[in-house]
Amino acid sequence: MSNKNSAIKVLLNGILKENPTFVLVLGMCPTLATTSSAINGLSMGLATTFVLFGSNAAISLLKNLIPDMVRIPAYVVVIATFVSVVEMVMQAYVPALYDSLGIFIPLIVVNCIVLGRAEAFASKNNVGLSALDGIGMGLGFTMALTLLGSVRELLGTGKIFDFTIYSEQYGMLLFVLAPGAFIALGYLIAIMNKLQKK
Amino acid sequence: MAQLKSNFKNMVLSLSLISAFAAVTLASVYSVTKEPIETSKIKRQQEAIYEVLPPDVQLENEPERVGLESGDTLLVYKANDSNNQFVAAAVETVSHNGYSGDIRLIVGFDKEGNIINYSVLEQKETPGLGTKVVDWFKTDVNDQSIIGKNPASNKLTVKKEGGEVDAITAATISSRAFLEAVNKAYNAYAKNTDATTGATTNATTGATTIESETDNDKKDKDE
Repeated sequence: MSNKNSAIKVLLNGILKENPTFVLVLGMCPTLATTSSAINGLSMGLATTFVLFGSNAAISLLKNLIPDMVRIPAYVVVIATFVSVVEMVMQAYVPALYDSLGIFIPLIVVNCIVLGRAEAFASKNNVGLSALDGIGMGLGFTMALTLLGSVRELLGTGKIFDFTIYSEQYGMLLFVLAPGAFIALGYLIAIMNKLQKK
Repeated sequence: MAQLKSNFKNMVLSLSLISAFAAVTLASVYSVTKEPIETSKIKRQQEAIYEVLPPDVQLENEPERVGLESGDTLLVYKANDSNNQFVAAAVETVSHNGYSGDIRLIVGFDKEGNIINYSVLEQKETPGLGTKVVDWFKTDVNDQSIIGKNPASNKLTVKKEGGEVDAITAATISSRAFLEAVNKAYNAYAKNTDATTGATTNATTGATTIESETDNDKKDKDE
């Protein structure tokens, strides 16, 4: 297989075949908590994408410098650094978004997707592929969160990205709340499974 | 290069190096973003102050600090018109009884104590429910709006407690906390200006009832 092919394959892997939310079912805490609207899901996804990209690339570069027995603490330090950078940059330049995501930005540190990809992919592959894997996984996560956010926003408040589809008073409040997140996620995973089987 | 062996020296070195590098990165990002973060906070506060005051007013240079019995110190920004006459005040206020975290807002009062407008600075309420405090009490539907009301003559608590304001659907705790903050703001305003007389006690008792009742009601599932 040529190099170019495997690069595309790595990129698509995260988006479809091993989609972190729908297939790997990792990182459920931010998935369920931040997707009360489409825009929140999208921005949470993008922030995570940046962290995944950065941490995957950095860890892949450093993989030979990190002795096996201390790899997990080393990975966590690298990931936490990237997350803190994202947090400060968002707070400085997009304060409104920072306010709406609030506590979930620092919590990207403990998102299992990030550590999972560092351990399963970046520590075994070269920098280019690891960065691509980060982007692919990140985009897959973003896509899933945006989709989930849209469904919940539409059913709960009758809007998508604040664009009104139907009157808010017919919205099902349940979908904005936590139980709605579980229900919507369950159905989305079921639909994804059905589509992938074909 | 082969991977480093897991002996003591390598582990200490590698972790120290990575941590040192992380520290340098964070320090430099912090120093770059420190100023924009400060400016955006101040800008937001300034915008909020002007949003709740009438147009064409002149703010007094320094806000006055007013301590309340609840232990909070609120900032009162007084505003004068072009003839240097006091016309309105913006009060930065807070409630600690939000559904999650504090609700901080700025409320504008004219010289009779009527609410001109309000602007929420910070809240961590449930998205889609409690977060509606940002607009809900400005919307002139049913008895939602608090604009133009005077906490001295209008009882600004939720209807469940015999007040005259419609709470946010399914977010009673957030609504109570919000109104508590508004009443606190009015107390600070009244303490600081002589524009109102005799009405202060009414609002004070109103505010204390809210506090005690909110604590009990937090146990309810109803937000």
